[in-house]
Amino acid sequence: MSEVEQAGNGGPGAGPLLLGVRHHGPGSARAVRAALGAARPRVVLIEGPPEADELIPLAADEDMRPPVALLAHAVDEPGRSAFWPLAEFSPEWVAIRWALDHGVPARFIDLPATHTLAWGRDEDGAGEGEEREPEGEGEDDRGADVRVDPLGVLAEAAGYDDPERWWEDVVEHRGARAGDPFAPFVVLEEAMGALRETYGTGGQDRDLVREAYMRLHVRAAQREVGDAVAVVCGAWHVPALRRKSTVAGDRALLKGLPRVKADMTWVPWTYRRLARASGYGAGIDSPGWYGHLFGAPDRPVERWLTKVAGLLRDEDRLVSSAHVIEAVRLAETLAAMRGRPLPGLTETTDAVRAVMCEGSDVPLALVHDRLVVGDVLGEVPPTAPAVPLQRDLDRIQRRLRLKPEALERELELDLRKETDAGRSRLLHRLRLLVVGWGEPVASRGSTGTFRETWRLRWEPELSVRVAEAGVWGTTVLGAAIAKAEADAVAAQGLADVTALAERCLLAELPDALPTVMQILADRAALDADVGQLAQALPALVRSLRYGDVRGTDTAALAEVAEGLAERVFVGLPPACAALDAEAAEEMRRHVDAVHGAVGLLGDVSGAGRRGADRSGEASGAERRVAGSAGDVSRAERGAAGSAGDVSRAERGAAGSAGDVAELERRVAGLAGDAPGLAPGAASVPGGAPAPGDAPEPSLTSTADAVPALDPVLASDAIPAPDAVTVTGTSPTPPHSPLRARWRTVLRVLSVRDTVPGVIRGRAVRLLLDDGELMQDEAARLMGLVLSPGTPPGDAAAWIEGFVGGGSGGGMLLVHDERLLGLVDAWLTGVPADAFTDVLPLLRRTFSAYEPGVRRTLGELVRRGQGERESAGAGGSGIPGFADELDVARADAVLPVVRLLLGLDGARRDTDTDNNLVGVGG
Amino acid sequence: MTVSVEPTSVDVRETEPAEALRPHAEDAFAGELAALAAQDDRPRPARWKLSPWAVAMYLLGGTLPDGTVITPKYVGPRRIVEVAVTTLATDRALLLLGVPGTAKTWVSEHLAAAVSGDSTLLVQGTAGTPEEAIRYGWNYAQLLANGPSRDALVPSPVMRAMAEGMTARVEELTRIPADVQDTLITILSEKTLPIPELGQEVQAVRGFNLIATANDRDRGVNDLSSALRRRFNTVVLPLPESIQAEVDIVSRRVDQLGRSLDLPAAPDGIDEIRRVVTVFRELRDGVTSDGRTKLKSPSGTLSTAEAISVVTNGLALAAHFGDGVLRSGDVAAGILGAVVRDPAADRVIWQEYLEAVVRERDGWKDFYRACREVSA
Repeated sequence: MSEVEQAGNGGPGAGPLLLGVRHHGPGSARAVRAALGAARPRVVLIEGPPEADELIPLAADEDMRPPVALLAHAVDEPGRSAFWPLAEFSPEWVAIRWALDHGVPARFIDLPATHTLAWGRDEDGAGEGEEREPEGEGEDDRGADVRVDPLGVLAEAAGYDDPERWWEDVVEHRGARAGDPFAPFVVLEEAMGALRETYGTGGQDRDLVREAYMRLHVRAAQREVGDAVAVVCGAWHVPALRRKSTVAGDRALLKGLPRVKADMTWVPWTYRRLARASGYGAGIDSPGWYGHLFGAPDRPVERWLTKVAGLLRDEDRLVSSAHVIEAVRLAETLAAMRGRPLPGLTETTDAVRAVMCEGSDVPLALVHDRLVVGDVLGEVPPTAPAVPLQRDLDRIQRRLRLKPEALERELELDLRKETDAGRSRLLHRLRLLVVGWGEPVASRGSTGTFRETWRLRWEPELSVRVAEAGVWGTTVLGAAIAKAEADAVAAQGLADVTALAERCLLAELPDALPTVMQILADRAALDADVGQLAQALPALVRSLRYGDVRGTDTAALAEVAEGLAERVFVGLPPACAALDAEAAEEMRRHVDAVHGAVGLLGDVSGAGRRGADRSGEASGAERRVAGSAGDVSRAERGAAGSAGDVSRAERGAAGSAGDVAELERRVAGLAGDAPGLAPGAASVPGGAPAPGDAPEPSLTSTADAVPALDPVLASDAIPAPDAVTVTGTSPTPPHSPLRARWRTVLRVLSVRDTVPGVIRGRAVRLLLDDGELMQDEAARLMGLVLSPGTPPGDAAAWIEGFVGGGSGGGMLLVHDERLLGLVDAWLTGVPADAFTDVLPLLRRTFSAYEPGVRRTLGELVRRGQGERESAGAGGSGIPGFADELDVARADAVLPVVRLLLGLDGARRDTDTDNNLVGVGG
Repeated sequence: MTVSVEPTSVDVRETEPAEALRPHAEDAFAGELAALAAQDDRPRPARWKLSPWAVAMYLLGGTLPDGTVITPKYVGPRRIVEVAVTTLATDRALLLLGVPGTAKTWVSEHLAAAVSGDSTLLVQGTAGTPEEAIRYGWNYAQLLANGPSRDALVPSPVMRAMAEGMTARVEELTRIPADVQDTLITILSEKTLPIPELGQEVQAVRGFNLIATANDRDRGVNDLSSALRRRFNTVVLPLPESIQAEVDIVSRRVDQLGRSLDLPAAPDGIDEIRRVVTVFRELRDGVTSDGRTKLKSPSGTLSTAEAISVVTNGLALAAHFGDGVLRSGDVAAGILGAVVRDPAADRVIWQEYLEAVVRERDGWKDFYRACREVSA
């Protein structure tokens, strides 16, 4: 070690000045600055990719603010990239700045990125995996796997359980003492020498290659300027650089390295990304603390604790100067007790917790986030070369033939075409990245989901946005995924996260979905407001169906949706108690929404599996097709009668869909034998693009057209015993356990007295529609509510919930005269003074009926009490119908049956239709 | 085993330490303390029996150079003990916070024993603790006979500790009424206790300090005023870190309790204990043990102490009314009672937990059913 000592004492004497550092160690950085100042080398060599040599002058640019990172990426594959982050307290950064300030050339001497990137390719690691690779050298990547941990061994020998702390104590906290700026490096080199004698390369053979390259370049520099060469590199490499070896031997090591065309640039970095916790961190826990240690001129602990006190005060915590004094005392005594020369981060944190935070970890987390990690954001001058994200964008734009133009124009996309689908994905992804190149606008004319209209306009500032988005990743896809995940973490409300999930599906970012879903599940778990949960559910189920159509794997989505539904089920009954009229009305809407969603959810969980099979065989061009209307209808058909539930729920939510109900009944009457007609009926909307003109996605409209299949409705509409058999022949929908539980909830709601009438009525109605509640039972419940004991206002609300709005309740009253009788009897019994109170409610309930229904109801009421009573008292038959077959009406059906069975001519057709209208209306 | 039949004195002070039902820490571990004191060559603060380093060693356990084994008194993060000891060394008062069953009193007793060699200077905080318990009272016979004098004064444990430079302990600080609590402010900041009746004061001598314990998640406590809070360094004693540690604590303690209650030993109850501890931990932490699902936390504390009581109850049920084997049904009612403290909010949380977590879990069917039965 004699030569080392010479180097240490007499500055540049024998051999180059080797400054072994700990990457991102503020103490090392100070020591490097002092050593460089003392030695005054004529060239500074730094561990880093030599392709970045020409970028070094940019470090002196006044717009350049660390933390920044050198980014290397493969030119033809921007996703393959590597980062060399540098903070202001990084020794490498200090060396660069010293060299620039003193007009001394600085060069990077590590193995070129062209090789390291190619190494990454040889390994099977794809994407993010190898971005860590250049960071994974000796001292930072310890303990990751079976590799020997050199610093751990040193620390253990010194009696430390944490190597990080040992390094801090022995090197960082000593700093550069005035006496000898080279002393720390000498000691360190000795220790590393001993370690490397024992452990060799520590299991990293690539280090040998890198070190051979470094040696060659150190030698080249020495030939230029003699021994006035300073080398700043990881301490681990110092003994290897010191070692004598032949040029030929080194060259041999470097032969035949794989290479890939690489490009370099500076990108802005953040403290958070330096921290180990986040993605490709630099392996340091506490960049903020290091920055403080580096920046504080003296008394770092006092200054740090004052900073902490300031932060806590800003957050309205009571922290006085006395607290700071006590915290300093505690930290120092703790350090003494633990045998450390100075309080480190551990001691100050313990002191802050015990003195300033009253033992609580909550404010401490804030201190950790804001100060220990810190949210410093670096800046890079605009003259830095373009980021790979821009290149990736250029490539995609070329591939999709979508030129950025300043002129505003509209773009119609037909998602069934592969190119257009790609364009849509790109625009959606850019929107996620806040690069507002295209804005979706309402399509003119066609409204199918396979059409999108965008308004495009490329503003110059968007290039800046792209550069900013560069921090999220090197490809549009990768960046959008990272951004979506970050957005999900930052999202405030549950609805924001569900919206994000929808956008992820639109932009086809399945990789972002797990994170978004996890956060969604977490938010849902912690959200106590059932209303919010109920609001989030339909959107989620919608995305679930949509994702299914697009062939995305939505298993996770389904799981979350089901979990959300479970929580709604549990929370809904208590949440329905003690509501005023307005809140009750809102809750009724929630109940409707959940009912619809649960129906869909049951379908989707079943259909999703089939959908997954299909998507495999579907060709790429067809995959995104247009709501794959055909697929949906097939799925609907597969789900058989259960589709009917869905459509009814949709209708209920949609509002005035009374005419749909009417149409449905006619179709059902016409159909007679539902299963026989079903495939044809379903295939019509399936084959024609954009069947409905509904503003909702065409899925809805498809679903609306299918209800012809609904066996329950069919049985309602056809007043003949045949109807029973029709129902019997159609396969019973397999009720998912989810739906069964939802019905239990509805039952609870329907009988609980504290639940407002409008919700109770609604619950009874939904159960009745599902065939879960017999009409007898519904009539009993209705009778209970409409009995004189119930306040008229409450009863009116119940009626509104039961038959109100556009839920097709009018038809129910038309067909079940017993129910009508109950309403009629109650209404006539309402006292005169209460009548004016219930009138508005009743008006709201009945005015929503379509004129035909209203007229029929009026006629029924006028027909008089006796007839209705006989109908109601019939009992044994189908509720609401007479015991005896009405031969005349039954005959009216026969022609249709004949027609369907092909037994009759087409001429009878029209008559039948007319007859049926008469019956239905 | 021989049982002494000799009548013993009823005077507490004269009880032999070995015969006390529960000997004081300084008596129970006298040997360890002596060994530590003999080999402790580090600087000791004034009137400390041991150096701070040795106090930490006493609590955390270890082996002395001469081979004496120091048993660990506190199993938990080393940091906590170090901060606590250091706090006492910097003559700041120490406040130990935590939910019931986190060994606050235990730690405070051993700290006092190791630092001052005496853990008996104790004020037990209750809702009825008067000011005299913290300052001083009067011997009224003396007072009436001789008038106010130091002889008529009955010093509180805190006063004695101040005069002698010892460590005083206040248990359950937050149960003491707020106005009585505030008596401590002068003592802790001025380190004097004025006696206006005599025109005198007691000044704390070096070595005096105070350890208080408080329960931070209990209902109906008197919160500390910020003036008092500021006088304390606070250390929160955490709940057991791993499920295994907690199961060990619960089963050991249940075993002890069961024996003292003469319950027949339950064979094979460890699975139910594990389940109870799992449920408690999951609800307390607000996340399932696999870390994948978040949960709402109920308003109850769900401490280890409560888990112990649930299991002990279950054992009693099993022994007296069941088949002697601890089963799901025996603990279900106890768990429900521990979790559902607030009938409205907690019930929803509990049912969500049952439906979202318990129902899906393998091998928990019987437990789910038992819980459904009692929750319905």
